[in-house]
Amino acid sequence: MRAAAADRVQATSTTYLICAVAWFIPGAGHLWLGRPQKGIVFLVTLTLMFAFGLWLEGRLFPFEITQPLVILAAIADLGIGLPYVVAKGLGVGAGRVVAITYEYGNTFVIVAGLLNMLVVLDAFDIAKGRK
Amino acid sequence: MTTHLGLMVIFALFVSIVFAVLTRDEPRQQVLFGAQLFGGFVGAGILIGWLLYPLPL
Repeated sequence: MRAAAADRVQATSTTYLICAVAWFIPGAGHLWLGRPQKGIVFLVTLTLMFAFGLWLEGRLFPFEITQPLVILAAIADLGIGLPYVVAKGLGVGAGRVVAITYEYGNTFVIVAGLLNMLVVLDAFDIAKGRK
Repeated sequence: MTTHLGLMVIFALFVSIVFAVLTRDEPRQQVLFGAQLFGGFVGAGILIGWLLYPLPL
């Protein structure tokens, strides 16, 4: 009985670890769970979409408490994981408001983060044995 | 490539790929569903664009 409970706790912690890895590196959760085709497609597509948004002079929004909508955009941006950290580290993603592609860039960057959140939820379902 | 239509097509392509791979397991099903999604996104975008065309900005 105690062993079964310990196994359950370990399974749960592994599931959350998979989710964390899936968030940090797009597609890594699916690679971990033995679905390489999906994992590679997510890794390439989402990273490319995020990079394309930055190339279009989109902005990585800051966490400004005084502006709730900006916080939501910042959370969505952060959803992509490692590419966000790399972009921040390289100092890109400042965004140029007067650029004609600024809003398009924001859309690409935000949607890439949101899609990665969906990918994390899918990895969670697979890890739980629901799919 | 940075026209509104061009960017919409690229956006539709990215989103279609992710949704198709996310919701279908077989490669053939993924391609079919991805193509349907892509066509739907682009077609709907063009249709809505024409519907909005007569409206004054």
